[in-house]
Amino acid sequence: MHPAPSIILFTTLSGLGFGLLFWLGIDATAPTGWVAFAFFAIAYLLAVGGLLSSTRHLGRPERALKAFTQWQTSWLSREAWAAVGALTVLGLYAYFLVFFDTQIAVLGWLGAGLAVATVYTTSMIYAQLKTVPRWNRWLTSVLFLATAIAGGALLSGRVSIAMVLLLIAGGIQAWWWQTGDRALRDSGTDMASATGLGKIGEVRAFEPPHTGTNYLLREMVHVVGRRHASKLRLIALVLMMVLPIGLLLVPFSHVFGLLAVISHVAGVLVARWLFFAEAEHVVGLYYGMR
Amino acid sequence: MTQLPTSTERKLGLVIDLDTCVGCHACVISCKGWNTENYGAPLSDQDPYGADPSGTFLNRVHSYEVQPLATSAMPHPAAQLIHFPKSCLHCEDAPCVTVCPTGASYKRVEDGIVLVNESDCIGCGLCAWACPYGARELDQAEGVMKKCTLCVDRIYNENLPEEDREPACVRTCPAGARHFGDLGDPDSAVSQLVAERGGMDLMPEQGTKPVNKYLPPRPKDAWQGQTDVLAPYLEPVAEEPRGFLGWLDKTLEKL
Ligand code: SF4
Ligand code: SF4
Ligand code: SF4
Repeated sequence: MHPAPSIILFTTLSGLGFGLLFWLGIDATAPTGWVAFAFFAIAYLLAVGGLLSSTRHLGRPERALKAFTQWQTSWLSREAWAAVGALTVLGLYAYFLVFFDTQIAVLGWLGAGLAVATVYTTSMIYAQLKTVPRWNRWLTSVLFLATAIAGGALLSGRVSIAMVLLLIAGGIQAWWWQTGDRALRDSGTDMASATGLGKIGEVRAFEPPHTGTNYLLREMVHVVGRRHASKLRLIALVLMMVLPIGLLLVPFSHVFGLLAVISHVAGVLVARWLFFAEAEHVVGLYYGMR
Repeated sequence: MTQLPTSTERKLGLVIDLDTCVGCHACVISCKGWNTENYGAPLSDQDPYGADPSGTFLNRVHSYEVQPLATSAMPHPAAQLIHFPKSCLHCEDAPCVTVCPTGASYKRVEDGIVLVNESDCIGCGLCAWACPYGARELDQAEGVMKKCTLCVDRIYNENLPEEDREPACVRTCPAGARHFGDLGDPDSAVSQLVAERGGMDLMPEQGTKPVNKYLPPRPKDAWQGQTDVLAPYLEPVAEEPRGFLGWLDKTLEKL
């Protein structure tokens, strides 16, 4: 799949933002006043910034509101509802924390639940697609949730919890890569089933339907970036897990904390780039590619 | 609504004969021609006369080379070239419909045609991701999703002469490789054809239940020695040169 920067930014930033919102929501001793304002401002910038960035991917962004209508079948529509729900409820929660120093715990819990639901719906947009076997697994949702919650813990300054969660998220990421490499093979879809010609013999793409490129190839058959995949996987793991944990192990200072966050975000961005660049869409088989 | 109908009154679709298709791409052109000036936004091209042309098409023809396995009767079977037209298969369990967040994509109850309501489409592209067959293309000029309409604006069009009320690609095909009809009716000509020729689904494991069927290429016949009673009369008459040429041949041999 084409690694579109707008979508990579969206899943990374909004995942992190909703992860942070989750922790702010369930915090028994939530910050109040200006500290609360700062935390919520960061969370909203990330979450909303990510969402806005995703609308850049649309062919007709001016009609984006229509995406709220099909929540009964569409995960994208459900995501829109969950996101608006989480941002509204937690906005109210934050309003009372910032201006009245009052914590309405029920709102916090509800908002935290909606924040997790938002990340889950995002993950399901990808995990539901049978056409991309590497994504079409329950582990994809686990990966998105683990990454968001670990990142949120890190961003909210929960040092010891963050270290454990980063380790778990990194482990799940490695596991997801490991098992994803055979997903296409295990799916049973290949050139033989795509063309139905496998009964005769071995099928080879002889001539494509068009001499130039097209939307399908640009959007769904991205084979260029896979060459350095294993190196990039290592870089991603080091940046998103190893380095932040190392920085948290030394006595805490805000500079190291900030560096840990930056490193983590950079790592998740690399991992998300691979998430798209390595994903094989079965339509590639019609072109003899994967 | 992007909920799929539990059943449709008819299942209109295409049957594509891989044995007959000659790979001329006439259906590609007639499809583009009809659909660029009828239902919905035109099918745009980008950089059509430049170095890197590309454009929106609803129907495309691939070509495959298939190498049959060797058997004792045929130790060196020749590879076969198969032309493979591909447009939307109007799936019964169309994943492209259920993923759509806006309700722009839908499947019609009356005839099973899968369509896009372009004024509702936000161009998110998710339906194209969900289609295993590459049957949907986002138009780069219009920003909305385009796909085969089964020529819905021809098949019911009373302004066209009777014989033109079928999809443009079917009407055009010079080899008669594309057939149109109701695949939900077991007595229809297309259903009969599918039953007779062992019509197949593409990627059945994806669970989309395509309405369109493909007829597999027939086995190639092989040379079986004498094939016609007149064949002996066509055999070469003189095996050995005679007369002057025979003398020359023998003389040269002796030298
Ligand atoms: S072929 Fe693709 S676009 Fe057409 S109905 Fe099936 S899944 Fe949808
Ligand atoms: S591109 Fe249009 S038709 Fe396709 S899923 Fe998005 S809104 Fe629906
Ligand atoms: S039925 Fe019409 S829209 Fe579909 S491929 Fe044929 S000509 Fe194109």
